Amino acid sequence: MGDTAGDGGFEARRLAPQPPDESRLAPQPPDELDPPYSFPDYRSTALRSPQKALVVPPFGMTELTGPAFGEGDVRESDADLTVHGAGEAIGERIIVHGTVTDGDGRPVPHSLVEVWQANAGGRYRHDRDRHPAPLDPNFTGAGRCLTDAEGHYRFVTIKPGPYPWKNHTNAWRPAHIHLSLFGRAFTQRLITQMYFPGDPLFYQDPIFNGVRDERARKRMISVYDHDTTVEEWATGYRFDIVLDGAAATPREQP
Amino acid sequence: MSEFVYEVTDVAASPGPMPWQTVGPFFGFALPYDDGPAVAGAERQGAFTLSGQVLDGEGQPVPDALLEIWQADEQGRFVTHPGVFHAVAADGFRGFGRCATDEQGRYAFRTVKPAGVPNGDGRPQAPHLAVSLFARGMLRRAVTRVYFDDEAANDTDPLLVSVETSRRHTMVATRDGGGYRFDVHVQGENETVFLHVD
Repeated sequence: MGDTAGDGGFEARRLAPQPPDESRLAPQPPDELDPPYSFPDYRSTALRSPQKALVVPPFGMTELTGPAFGEGDVRESDADLTVHGAGEAIGERIIVHGTVTDGDGRPVPHSLVEVWQANAGGRYRHDRDRHPAPLDPNFTGAGRCLTDAEGHYRFVTIKPGPYPWKNHTNAWRPAHIHLSLFGRAFTQRLITQMYFPGDPLFYQDPIFNGVRDERARKRMISVYDHDTTVEEWATGYRFDIVLDGAAATPREQP
Repeated sequence: MSEFVYEVTDVAASPGPMPWQTVGPFFGFALPYDDGPAVAGAERQGAFTLSGQVLDGEGQPVPDALLEIWQADEQGRFVTHPGVFHAVAADGFRGFGRCATDEQGRYAFRTVKPAGVPNGDGRPQAPHLAVSLFARGMLRRAVTRVYFDDEAANDTDPLLVSVETSRRHTMVATRDGGGYRFDVHVQGENETVFLHVD
């Protein structure tokens, strides 16, 4: 209880625009960034897509704040997905890193990044994954880390394989790593997928192409980063992430 | 040949926010964690169970959804210290909870009712929680609020009063035994009011 701060401990840094009341029920404006809920090519959206107009809320402190994270929340080994078995994980060892910034270009420090993915054979360590590819006893496929004081994060993992799904005939997901980020506030929460440059499966994937604006879609493709590649050990990929959304910041202590 | 062919050009990425993608079906081994549904400790005064079902457009349970809630405490204060991955103290409160749905699409959090906190205009609001819903088949999260049916302040809450009267109840949890029940209708006649925050 003593560790909580009153509402007065925050100041709203960037409040979302407040439209007049009558516009709150207007149809959702076209959104060039995020994928639509309803996207028939991705069949599971049919019964799981809200159909009514979204309501723009008058943001309150609940939306402008969010959970805090600290060193006790993660272990250093949580950021290396290859060291949790008795032996070496199978596949192409890679380093994935990047910087998390907010919409104003400021780094987002000490913020949680969670990742999960298939193994090199395209198989998830999940009961419902029926893809007849082998599980790797030395690869769990899940990790987490915190961004550092400059908003930088880094994982060591194995390049995931593509895998089949039943969305359409001969459907394959491009290789991807799922990322979950909290940012500073509820409004900045993000779950996305990181793809790899030059993947030949992009053209037939309705999840990747669910982001309709190609310039925004391309942000989800990581960049090969030879400066991060470690000689004789692992190749590097860079994936910088901008989290948009208003946030309240703790007031400086006098 | 694929049924879909999307054009892939050499257009470069523009700078800007990272888009959303679906959480997919296989997050179960990565995101849920022990004690995730415990926003408040079992011995905290006033702690109750907030539970319900997530239902699709045909009223069928969504068994592979993930819910997260974030809220103020009984005094309207927000937790500013880390600790969401640790077991919550018996009388503790951490403001954040995460719960995956079961085969019947059910979820359950243990929490307390927050005090009302003001909105960005400084106007008072009724007590509420913020909710994120993630699932396979949802290319981005769905966001709503949970209000409580025994709060007179609901009648003057700026968000609730801005919503059509016939839909307000979709954001209001109802008393259920010693706790509250809140179902999420992703789609359909009784579709929950979802908010545009992303």
